[in-house]
Amino acid sequence: MIAELGQFALALALIVAVAQSIVPLVGAARGDAALTAFARPAAYVQLAAVAAAFIALTHAYVTSDFSVVSVARNTHTSMPFLYRLTGVWGNHEGSMLLWILILAIMSAAVASFGANLPDGLRARVLAVQGMIGVAFLTFILFTSNPFTRQFPAPLDGRELNPLLQDPGLAFHPPWLYLGYVGFSVAFSFAVAALIEGKVDPAWARWVRPWTLFAWLSLTIGIALGSWWAYYELGWGGWWFWDPVENASFMPWLIGAALLHSAVVVEKRDALKSWTILLALIAFSFSLIGTFLVRSGVLTSVHAFAVDPARGVFILMILFAAIGGSLALYAWRAPALKAGGLFQPLSREGALVLNNLLLATGAATVLLGTLYPLFLDVLDAGKVSVGPPYFNSTFVPLMVPLVAAMAVGPLLSWKRADIAGAISRLAVAGIATVAVIGIVLYASGGTGFLAAVGLGLAAWLFIGTLIELAERLRLFRAPLAESFERWRHLPRSALGMSVAHGGLAIAIAGMTASSLFQAEQILAMRAGEVVTMRGYDLRFEGIVQANGPNYQAERARFIVTSGGKPVTVLTPERRFYPVQRQQTTEAAIHTTGLADLYVVVGDSDGKGAWTVRLYHNPLVPWIWAGCLIMALGGGLSLTDRRLRVGAPKQRLQAAE
Amino acid sequence: MRWLFLAPLLLFAIVAGYFAVGLTRDPGTLPSALLDKPAPDFALPPLLPNKPGLASADLKGAPVLVNVWASWCVPCRAEHPVLTRLAREVPVFGFNYKDKPEDARRFLVELGDPYRRIGTDPSGRVGIDWGVYGVPETYVVDAEGRIRHRHVGPLTDRVVAETIRPLMKSLAR
Repeated sequence: MIAELGQFALALALIVAVAQSIVPLVGAARGDAALTAFARPAAYVQLAAVAAAFIALTHAYVTSDFSVVSVARNTHTSMPFLYRLTGVWGNHEGSMLLWILILAIMSAAVASFGANLPDGLRARVLAVQGMIGVAFLTFILFTSNPFTRQFPAPLDGRELNPLLQDPGLAFHPPWLYLGYVGFSVAFSFAVAALIEGKVDPAWARWVRPWTLFAWLSLTIGIALGSWWAYYELGWGGWWFWDPVENASFMPWLIGAALLHSAVVVEKRDALKSWTILLALIAFSFSLIGTFLVRSGVLTSVHAFAVDPARGVFILMILFAAIGGSLALYAWRAPALKAGGLFQPLSREGALVLNNLLLATGAATVLLGTLYPLFLDVLDAGKVSVGPPYFNSTFVPLMVPLVAAMAVGPLLSWKRADIAGAISRLAVAGIATVAVIGIVLYASGGTGFLAAVGLGLAAWLFIGTLIELAERLRLFRAPLAESFERWRHLPRSALGMSVAHGGLAIAIAGMTASSLFQAEQILAMRAGEVVTMRGYDLRFEGIVQANGPNYQAERARFIVTSGGKPVTVLTPERRFYPVQRQQTTEAAIHTTGLADLYVVVGDSDGKGAWTVRLYHNPLVPWIWAGCLIMALGGGLSLTDRRLRVGAPKQRLQAAE
Repeated sequence: MRWLFLAPLLLFAIVAGYFAVGLTRDPGTLPSALLDKPAPDFALPPLLPNKPGLASADLKGAPVLVNVWASWCVPCRAEHPVLTRLAREVPVFGFNYKDKPEDARRFLVELGDPYRRIGTDPSGRVGIDWGVYGVPETYVVDAEGRIRHRHVGPLTDRVVAETIRPLMKSLAR
């Protein structure tokens, strides 16, 4: 009964979405206030209906209603409550419903926070949001209905994939989808601007908070996914250049480019049509990601249930959304008036460089991801493209990006004094050379890549600190003045510094953990001791430790360093009988500077167990850096200028 | 200048065209070129000192499975228990693809070794002849050494029950 209510609510949401995508557009075109005003209540009703459907599905999962096909496929009565709950989005149908729920939340948020938008613009934005809703509600209702029933209902379900039975599933997909779907708002704003034929600094100011929000959510989502892969897959690795990872990384890169180009539109009224294009592409990449994951055109670790009918349907959505918006772009964008001029060596010039490198990076990732498909279609053979491609194409592109990132914020608008900026970075330069020298010396001259990576991280981090100090006139003015400047520092400026610093920390983590990882694989018997980078691990043996729906072999390692006790590590190997699948639960001891990572494998049947040990220097910095980046985005989001309606001609203290 | 604004649309049209054709292909099926043809001529050196390598001649005599795997491949770990169970019923030969031999040996020590023979192809050269697209892949080869079926991606109990086992049974007759 409740499942049927959910289905009904979805159908209702579809009808409302159809109306929401037509009525406000007509109203805005005719200047009819009554029709225009329809957009906001429609967005609220749509959210209410989709939320009702989501609650109905959650109810079916939590109460283990196995007459619902999706529930029977993805839960089991022995599963803990948390995973029955998160199992709602641990499958194709439920995750699509979460996607639509977040879309409805974003639309309702535009309706509610967009009170200061011009009526016409708000109506058009919500109408475009409505169209996206129509597409995906039709998709879910006709090809991926989460409420489909089966009779007779099975006695028990087939259980969620054990790899997904992890607290990570509770947070990773929602954040990721907030990012993916969040870009729909920037997309809708861009389409609305193309319809109106007007892009101005006010438009950029309205779009920026939505882009920021989507970007920071995507940052958190990707970081959580990478962290989850790190501790759950038992590899000690954190990024695999898998098509699905790439699908989330491309909108992130384009979103980062969009954040920066929108600044140029806002401050200088330039780069307008480029910014519009980025807003369209960021969401297009989100859609392409959805297509790649769910259509089966590429093989991937993440492979959702693959169904050609779904692929055809999503492809039609791609045609309509991406093709339609780019056609609109080709038609309307040439009419956008170009704004302020600038010299190549200026803040704008630096942001253009940032945009070119980020967009090229995204294109590189796209090519690597789709190359197997291109060759397959041309019957030119079947290949897979792996990390060597990305390491030799994408990573070098990021070197000039990071190098320029420390300089850019020190440049002034229109025309900058590059020599002055470089001279202010002298301290950062000295530190970079020192780091490179130390790394090369410590590695005996072989650590060239590590020296470049860590040197860049030091350059960016110290460069960012210098820029912040410049803003505060720290050490050059009395402390009281610096403090006063700190108090008046715009949140968006502080957010930028924090985000850039976070990236520096993440780069240091990525470099050190990739290039300085120590690995040992050995067979150990109870009582034996293994030494790794100053830690002694004594293997105490294996005990059976059974969970609610799995049988585990739990190993016990007593870790000491120089005779002093450090910790006890208990990695597990779990066997899930319903799915007949084995998982490894790594045990990790982190000092914040490095992880000691232990996984236990098979026994040889004679009392020895395979043990894998990793020492990953700086690996926690990857996720800490990503969270700091997201925090920077959040700080910027609280900037009061973004909440003020009309752009005010007000001098910013520190600009 | 105006035509420049059409470029994104044209680029998308090209990519979308590939998507449309790509949808009609199943990346999991064998290119028809090799199906029902003899397996390509090859000889792979052994991975382990006490286990023979793999060559074309070894595929003749009885139907076998050839499993392409690598230690760096996550789905290979996922399919390993399924493969281990399957190896109790039918002969499974291992084709170790683009792997470091020491990593491959560790993989087997850690998870167990279900293979009767293991050939190692560190450069991936023989893999190109076979049309290996990504690991894991599993080929069903009949008693005459002809490739009868190819499965791309990890073996699951369902794939084994619905495809592999019935095919092996019919070939054994």
